[in-house]
Amino acid sequence: MQALDELIERAANAIDAADNERDLEQLRVNYLGKKGEVTALLKGLGRLPAKERPAAGQAINVAKAQLEERLETRRSALNSAQLGARIAEETIDVTLPGRRRGQGGVHPHTQTIQRIETIFRNAGYGVATGPEVETEYYNFEALNIPAHHPARAMHDTFYLEGGAYLLRTHTSPVQARVMEQSQPPIRIICPGKVFRVDSDMTHSPMFHQVEGLVVDRDISFADLKGTVIEFLRVFFEADLKVRFRPSFFPFTEPSAEVDVECVHCRGAGCRVCSQSGWLEVMGCGMVHPRVLEMSGIDAETYTGFAFGFGVDRLSMLYYSVDDLRLFYDNDLRFLAQFR
Amino acid sequence: MKISERWLRQWVDPPVTASELVEQLSMAGLEVDSAEPAAPAFSGVVVGKVLVVEPHPDADKLRVCRVDDGEGEHVVVCGADNVLADMNVPYARPGAVLPDGTRIGQAKLRGVASAGMLCGADELGLDEVRDGLMELPQALVAGIDLRTALELDDTLIEIDLTPNRGDCLGLRGLAREVGVLNDCAVNEPVIEAVAATVDATFPVRVSHPEGCPRYLGRVIKGVDLARPTPAWLVERLRRCGLRAIDPVVDVTNYVLLELGQPMHAFDLARLEGGIDVRLARPGETIKLLDGSTQTLRDDTLLIADGRGPVAMAGIMGGEDSGIEAAEDGKRRDIFLECAYFSPLAIAGRARSYGLHTDASHRYERGVDFELQGLAMERATRLLLDIVGGEPGPVAEALAAEALPQRAAISLREARLQRVLGMCIPAATVETMLGRLGLPVLAQEDTDAGRVWQVQAPSWRFDIEREADLIEEVARVYGYDNIEVSLPASRMHLAPTRAQVADADLFREHLAAAGYQEILSYSFVEPGLNDLLDPDHAAVRLANPISADLVAMRTSLWPGLVKTWIGNRNRQQTRARLFEIGRGFLPDGKGGVVERSWVAGLLAGSRDPEGWAQDGTDVDFFDARGTVEEVLALTRAGDAFEFRAEAHRALHPGQSAVINRTDTDQPIAAGWVGRIHPEVQAALDLPRPFYLFALALDVLEARAVPVHRGLSRFPSLRRDIAIELDASVEASAVLTCARAAAGELLADLRLFDVYAGDRLGPGRRSLALGVTLQHPERTLEDTEVAARIDAIVGALETALGATRR
Repeated sequence: MQALDELIERAANAIDAADNERDLEQLRVNYLGKKGEVTALLKGLGRLPAKERPAAGQAINVAKAQLEERLETRRSALNSAQLGARIAEETIDVTLPGRRRGQGGVHPHTQTIQRIETIFRNAGYGVATGPEVETEYYNFEALNIPAHHPARAMHDTFYLEGGAYLLRTHTSPVQARVMEQSQPPIRIICPGKVFRVDSDMTHSPMFHQVEGLVVDRDISFADLKGTVIEFLRVFFEADLKVRFRPSFFPFTEPSAEVDVECVHCRGAGCRVCSQSGWLEVMGCGMVHPRVLEMSGIDAETYTGFAFGFGVDRLSMLYYSVDDLRLFYDNDLRFLAQFR
Repeated sequence: MKISERWLRQWVDPPVTASELVEQLSMAGLEVDSAEPAAPAFSGVVVGKVLVVEPHPDADKLRVCRVDDGEGEHVVVCGADNVLADMNVPYARPGAVLPDGTRIGQAKLRGVASAGMLCGADELGLDEVRDGLMELPQALVAGIDLRTALELDDTLIEIDLTPNRGDCLGLRGLAREVGVLNDCAVNEPVIEAVAATVDATFPVRVSHPEGCPRYLGRVIKGVDLARPTPAWLVERLRRCGLRAIDPVVDVTNYVLLELGQPMHAFDLARLEGGIDVRLARPGETIKLLDGSTQTLRDDTLLIADGRGPVAMAGIMGGEDSGIEAAEDGKRRDIFLECAYFSPLAIAGRARSYGLHTDASHRYERGVDFELQGLAMERATRLLLDIVGGEPGPVAEALAAEALPQRAAISLREARLQRVLGMCIPAATVETMLGRLGLPVLAQEDTDAGRVWQVQAPSWRFDIEREADLIEEVARVYGYDNIEVSLPASRMHLAPTRAQVADADLFREHLAAAGYQEILSYSFVEPGLNDLLDPDHAAVRLANPISADLVAMRTSLWPGLVKTWIGNRNRQQTRARLFEIGRGFLPDGKGGVVERSWVAGLLAGSRDPEGWAQDGTDVDFFDARGTVEEVLALTRAGDAFEFRAEAHRALHPGQSAVINRTDTDQPIAAGWVGRIHPEVQAALDLPRPFYLFALALDVLEARAVPVHRGLSRFPSLRRDIAIELDASVEASAVLTCARAAAGELLADLRLFDVYAGDRLGPGRRSLALGVTLQHPERTLEDTEVAARIDAIVGALETALGATRR
């Protein structure tokens, strides 16, 4: 048995000393393989007296199991060392910046228009558009602004060469076109570009408006107030005070200008609202019966309201932009702020 | 319209503060632009009478004055050289505080004790220019507080009137409005007729009564223009924003401000024959008081005398009939005009001649057509008081039938309620109508409520129908008092637009793909438009705002290129930009055809600079790749073909036209390409950039996806390498291979292109990956091989390819 003990010790030492999978396998073959030393011992049992055989057989089997376990332990130790080495080799600096394609974005005005469209679409309004180059008829006459009317002086109009066409000064012509082509109930908003001969910090020769129009039976000024108040609260995401001041637009009557509590100072008075606490944000009114009549809608049966506002103004207030021209300069440093 | 609160309160004095009044006006639709004190705050300044002026013993420029301040005499040292004995001046007593905060005390000036200070208008904030001491009217009694003496505790209110409220372009109209809002009486000054003291007249004829239904004229003989306009009148004009000119003009301006009635005065000696109010004859000219000469059109109403035009009616008087300065001290005879011109005869005329006057502003909005007599008497009285003279009788030319007609307008209680969405009691409505000067001529009670017959007053030109009356009622009732509700709606379900590829679809994709949306002007610099779209002449604006915003863009490229250049100048090195908007092509009839585009620009490196990016610049295939992705959103990406075709702004070897082919006829959808080297040079850009543009109308149709079933059986891929002439386009190879592959083709891709020395010049090799799949069974190797052979055979036969 001393020989067995020596064998085992020798084998165990060899296993522990093996530093790779192949040597380990060789050791397994040397000791436990068909021609291995331990296998040879088992084969040699027959030569022992029958009485000693069971004890010797058991001892050899125990030794064999010990060696197998020893091999497995070593193998697993070698495996994890190998994995560790591989992981160490594959380790990177995860704080290096990632590989990006570059960020794009949607223009802030477009985002504002999209929000406005969502707000009104959710309430069942449709979205209508019309030409940017208009005729005098749709831009003025169909809206009850006859030639030479002093109200035309409120619109500094761009004309195309030849004088027959102009750039629309408001999105209201879309109203007229929609009413001409459909009968109530009408519930639309008309977003789009508009143009006026004007350029400074608060005026751009091109800007964006959204016009709203609702025509149906029993549409009232009270409904107009409710709609406008709700829109402004939803748009600015705040419970703002809203007031209506009488005003004049040839295509609505009664007409009103709408002031909203200053979104910056909440009415306390600041630079944005010129210390008044109020911001003028839109014009609105009940559609003038003459406008309904001109568009072929029975003004006795139907009433309607219309409202219109500058997208630029709402964008400026919503995003705290103080110079309107920034929106059309397309400076990427500016645009990148709205991604 | 700028008014003085004090002056207004002489007409109507409601129990409200200045700021309440301002709020009230704004909330009634008369928007107050500004309300400012007539004079800045100062105190302790009184009227002082200079008794004696003596030279200062030790200073040439100073004078020692003795001043009476009503309580006693004081010695005051003064530096102004216009100080004279017997003059009334503002005297700041010791303890006075000036607008700039200076506290006046006792001082010694070069050894002479000075108690207080004599003030100039600038020191009191009443004028911006320094012009010696402020001379006060002799009539003022020494010792009165200056603020009281000059009525300085006043608010100047500037009102931005809407075009419908011409009636408020005079103090009288505003007073009436304030009276209505406060339900209080208006105290109109008593204006009595001035009896003629001479019988001098000047003949008046109105040849165009539709334009001038009423014309009043009056001769005043022997006025003395050397007399000054009284200080109170000058001050009132000043507070309303007008400068004093001469007594006659000052009086007509005063009446304009007070009553809202424009007037004009002619020098009688410079008129010939008689007045004729008529339309201009084409080509007639007139030299106006502002020095300009106008050539008149025949739609222009004018005042003519025996020789020709003497005034543009309702706009401006002529230079040659104006009152000449009385340098010789001679008295003059004047002819006063006070007319009602129809708004339609004046509207737009001043503007069309590049003119805008206080008179035209009022006439085109409508002047009270019953006001002329009163205004004539008011002006006569003021003139006689100031410049004297002998008035003749008032001559009137009246065409009553041409005056505005004020028909009865019905106002239905039920309609009022429906339009406003609330009920205002009938009695309240009636009270408000009465206050507004809208008398109820008749009323009737029907099942649907009361119906009133109302007539508009002569001063309102904006009340013609029921809606106008409803607005008046709502306005006076107060918009804030009207209820708030939401429209009741019949809940129709709106159609969705699933079969339309709309702008937002492309927009969201491009933004996610790294492109920044821009918004640029629809009008661009003509040169840039021509450079980038030489095949289309742009329509131009007749009245552009500047020379670089003249041409209506025919494509979106000018805006994109301009944006890239602008950002490059701001040190940006790469950009991916897109815009969605309209281009404008001439329709050949003076108008335009508008077309919506999605267009983009790529410049600089393919990726943002970074440690892991190689910094390669974008090329044609980056642009084309973006275009393909956009086209794929139509769910018909395969229907778009790219054909090599030159565009005059694009590199002839790197530009493609894009056609949609799943339509009856192929439709051009747009372009993609590299900027033409010459255009690039013209733009002074060192590196090329890439552009694309797609017409939204061609991209619009978007089919609903139809599921085709997924095969359970494995697909098999075989790669083919062929060599062929480099001039054979890849699209031809793919088309040919696709056709030869037949219906089992599941995927076809071109995964390698090689051209090089090994192949020789003019040759290249392409590698195709062909994936075949059968829907119902596993493909046999032999049939795959046969199919591949068929593809190679077709490529050999049709395109001269050889298999490698």
